[in-house]
Amino acid sequence: MLNRQGRPTQAGDAAAERHETFTGNRALQQIEPLIFEIGHHETTGVDIDKPAPFKSRLGKHARKGEIGLPGLSEPEAMRHYVRLSQKNYGIDTGLFPLGSCTMKHNARLNEKMARLPGFSDVHPLQPLSTVPGALDVMLELARYLMTLTGMPAVALSPKAGAHGEACGMMAIKAAIEAKGEAATRNVVLVPESAHGTNPATAALIGFSVKAVPARPDGTVAVEDVKALLGPEVAAIMLTNPNTCGIFEPQIVEIAAAMHEAGAYFYCDGANFNAIVGKARPGDLGVDAMHINLHKTFSTPHGGGGPGAGPVVLSERLAPFAPVPFIHVENGKSRLVEHKAEAPEGNDPFGRMTAFHGQMGMYVRALAYMLSHGSDGMKQASEDAVLNANYIRAGLADLMSLPFPDHPSMHEALFDDEWLKGTGVSTLDFAKAMIDEGYHPMTVYFPLVVHGAMLIEPTESESKASLDLFIATLRDLAIAAKGNDKTRFTAAPHHAPIRRLDETRAARQPVLKWEKPQPVAKAAE
Amino acid sequence: MRYLPLTDTDREDMLARIGVSGVDELFSDVPAGKLLTEPLDLPRAKGELEVERIMGRMAAKNVAATSVPFFVGAGAYKHHVPATVDHLIQRSEFLTSYTPYQPEIAQGTLQYLFEFQTQVSALTGMEVANASMYDGSTGTAEAVLMAHRVTRRRKAVLSGGLHPHYTQVVETLSEMANDEVVALPADVKASEDILAQIDDSVSCVVVQSPDVFGNLRDLAPIAEKAHAHGALLIAVFTEVVSLGAVTPPGAQGADIVVGEGQSIGNALNFGGPYVGLFAAKSKYVRQMPGRLCGETVDADGQRGFVLTLSTREQHIRRDKATSNICTNSGLCVLAFTIHMTLLGQAGLSRLAEVNHANAVQLADALAGVKGVEILNESFFNEFTIKLPKPAAAVVEALAEKGVLAGVPASRLMPGAGLDDLLIVANTEINTDDDRAAFVKALAEVL
Repeated sequence: MLNRQGRPTQAGDAAAERHETFTGNRALQQIEPLIFEIGHHETTGVDIDKPAPFKSRLGKHARKGEIGLPGLSEPEAMRHYVRLSQKNYGIDTGLFPLGSCTMKHNARLNEKMARLPGFSDVHPLQPLSTVPGALDVMLELARYLMTLTGMPAVALSPKAGAHGEACGMMAIKAAIEAKGEAATRNVVLVPESAHGTNPATAALIGFSVKAVPARPDGTVAVEDVKALLGPEVAAIMLTNPNTCGIFEPQIVEIAAAMHEAGAYFYCDGANFNAIVGKARPGDLGVDAMHINLHKTFSTPHGGGGPGAGPVVLSERLAPFAPVPFIHVENGKSRLVEHKAEAPEGNDPFGRMTAFHGQMGMYVRALAYMLSHGSDGMKQASEDAVLNANYIRAGLADLMSLPFPDHPSMHEALFDDEWLKGTGVSTLDFAKAMIDEGYHPMTVYFPLVVHGAMLIEPTESESKASLDLFIATLRDLAIAAKGNDKTRFTAAPHHAPIRRLDETRAARQPVLKWEKPQPVAKAAE
Repeated sequence: MRYLPLTDTDREDMLARIGVSGVDELFSDVPAGKLLTEPLDLPRAKGELEVERIMGRMAAKNVAATSVPFFVGAGAYKHHVPATVDHLIQRSEFLTSYTPYQPEIAQGTLQYLFEFQTQVSALTGMEVANASMYDGSTGTAEAVLMAHRVTRRRKAVLSGGLHPHYTQVVETLSEMANDEVVALPADVKASEDILAQIDDSVSCVVVQSPDVFGNLRDLAPIAEKAHAHGALLIAVFTEVVSLGAVTPPGAQGADIVVGEGQSIGNALNFGGPYVGLFAAKSKYVRQMPGRLCGETVDADGQRGFVLTLSTREQHIRRDKATSNICTNSGLCVLAFTIHMTLLGQAGLSRLAEVNHANAVQLADALAGVKGVEILNESFFNEFTIKLPKPAAAVVEALAEKGVLAGVPASRLMPGAGLDDLLIVANTEINTDDDRAAFVKALAEVL
């Protein structure tokens, strides 16, 4: 018997019963307790000699009583975390088509470079004369980012995408204040299809949010924007390519309309991977755009961070860039760490973070850029777009496309129209993909599409990988329309754990481990 | 290009399958004239060896902490990290995974987040901790916003012992949100009268201990007065190892505790990425920023973990969210958790003891140098010394002699009249020889 990949299988294994095991383990899938259940308070996996007797200077602040945390010996700790890792899916495991997240290959060269002692083992406040190479990295990264975006300035320090959004919107607010319009310009336009971080950021900085409706074709129309413009509008926050995976065709007109109305254009750069080397935000009229180094430039997502969110700025916003930044004059560079030290013509709005931002991510991103070069980065974007459209072409006859009139950029968006009446939901479909060895696509986002499925394969996938993925999704789609509902509604069947009760988690939050009470006592 | 699997034949086949003649047809929505035709003015692709050469040259220009006697702190600290930590965080399944939105295939991440939350709760003495912030400084700004939500007031009082960068981050965000901040002047000897600032208009008081000058501060009276006026105490630390030796802020009445977790598990990295620790009383949990991991069960009744209480977060609540934070510090959290698990309370206590012993030894030795005065009454592993000359010049001169001596207060607070102050940290990495080299070089320079 051959499986769908053409490899022989043992006869009858498909019907294998799940024999119960003594341990509850299933071979490589091990049930792993919490460290609090296996460690001991007196155990440590780090050998440190006791210091010679000395006179404490802690005064009355010395800790009384123990902390209440166990330790593990090194072999125990190693095994514990290796077992945990085996319950995780990563890009290195398989195709990770998470739309809007750009899960591309993480080259280990970049990890190696970030660990050079000259980068990893330098302190942010050691004398600047001892870190010229660190400033070189920042300058070089800045040069690449400005060239790729066609923008004249960049603030490197934001720590992630949402932090970059905050930085860009603060620059806009500072520019508005400098014009004496702070009291009146307090509305930010955000399309309904935007990432949740956009309205959250605008609100954080004291703007009120007005929604821009989505057109039936998945784009934002300049007339709709114009209809909302007025002296109270500070900016628009627009993602381009947008969250439906479409390059906004009227982006230049929208930018012009904003500028004409005395407002600014913030571009959410989450989807920059589609256009690196193909189009420059600076040519489109963008005033500020954050770049997720952990998406476009492949610094690892690491289970939810750390990220890095440098913000490129237009000429109009550049003077307001936060500290720190590197000022170059007559070929000499200087790190400006305080507002009062800013050169003539600069009026920094403040500081986003302690120190200088995510140096470890700068190094990784720069290694990525040097490796790819201008030719490789352009090719990467083209391949990312090609791969997304190839998947779309392979599935369009079975699954429904909400916006068939525009080509997809680096991600293909489907809705759940095709699942109507099947009893299978987008979530069920996603969970069935887990059984097939895939990470699900982004689901239920963007919100403007019902039961959205947003597939972003990135340029890291081979054609063979895409072909198997398409074949798998076709098989699932046909099955979803057929009779085998439990393949979906009870999925995943083969993951380390079954579907989890999220309602219970939220209703009775258990947010840390507590020592179990003895039964008799608990019953009192 | 080694990272791109498609061949030219693949590309042609795929374009044909899509039904377009060339890839630029897929970019047809790009407005006329805006599609680039020429490659951008940047170097072409390079092999691994060449990239290593270029990056290696830049790295070699920097002086690494391990290569010299090193006493620089003030918010980031050089500690020894066990080899196991860096090995484990580089496992593919951790390094290349995403935020655990699909919990069935992310139990590894979720379980270590749960362990992390428990560890941070225990260390800080608080009831609940989140799954991390970007770093200590941004966490502090978020804590202030949280206090504003809880108290429905909009005025924060910041201690003069708070790290100046943290103060600036809070001020920047508060100014943008039209909230009031009272930042007390630099308080070298922990002698400010912060109690006098607390009244019924104050939302929160932000106090760091050990403070930026190394002083340990008594938080209990501040908590007491804050609570009497309906305000919250936000306790901040930048050196998490101190919690192995000092009374935790939770035991002193803090309502929110924020700190920098870099010291455990994470390298200096010239300032980032680091990991912000964030803990609070559980009655405020629904006003907390950031992700929370919670325990639940699966369809078979097995224990499992999920991200929870996400109705606080931006992807659900949008402009009504408690914060705009999305990506946090996942892998730095993992490094923290593994190192903390290896230490355990026994190892952390010992580590803290060694840090304190080393700092005491150095302080005593420096006090013997002519013209040098130790300003701290109490400290953990960092203290401030007064020099007879401007500290910035002294630090430069010491760097020439191969000693990285500390952070001049003027680097953080220019124009504050603190030019003769040097903030000196001493962790477990320093040997007797390192300390002797520092003392000798300082005596020569002065």
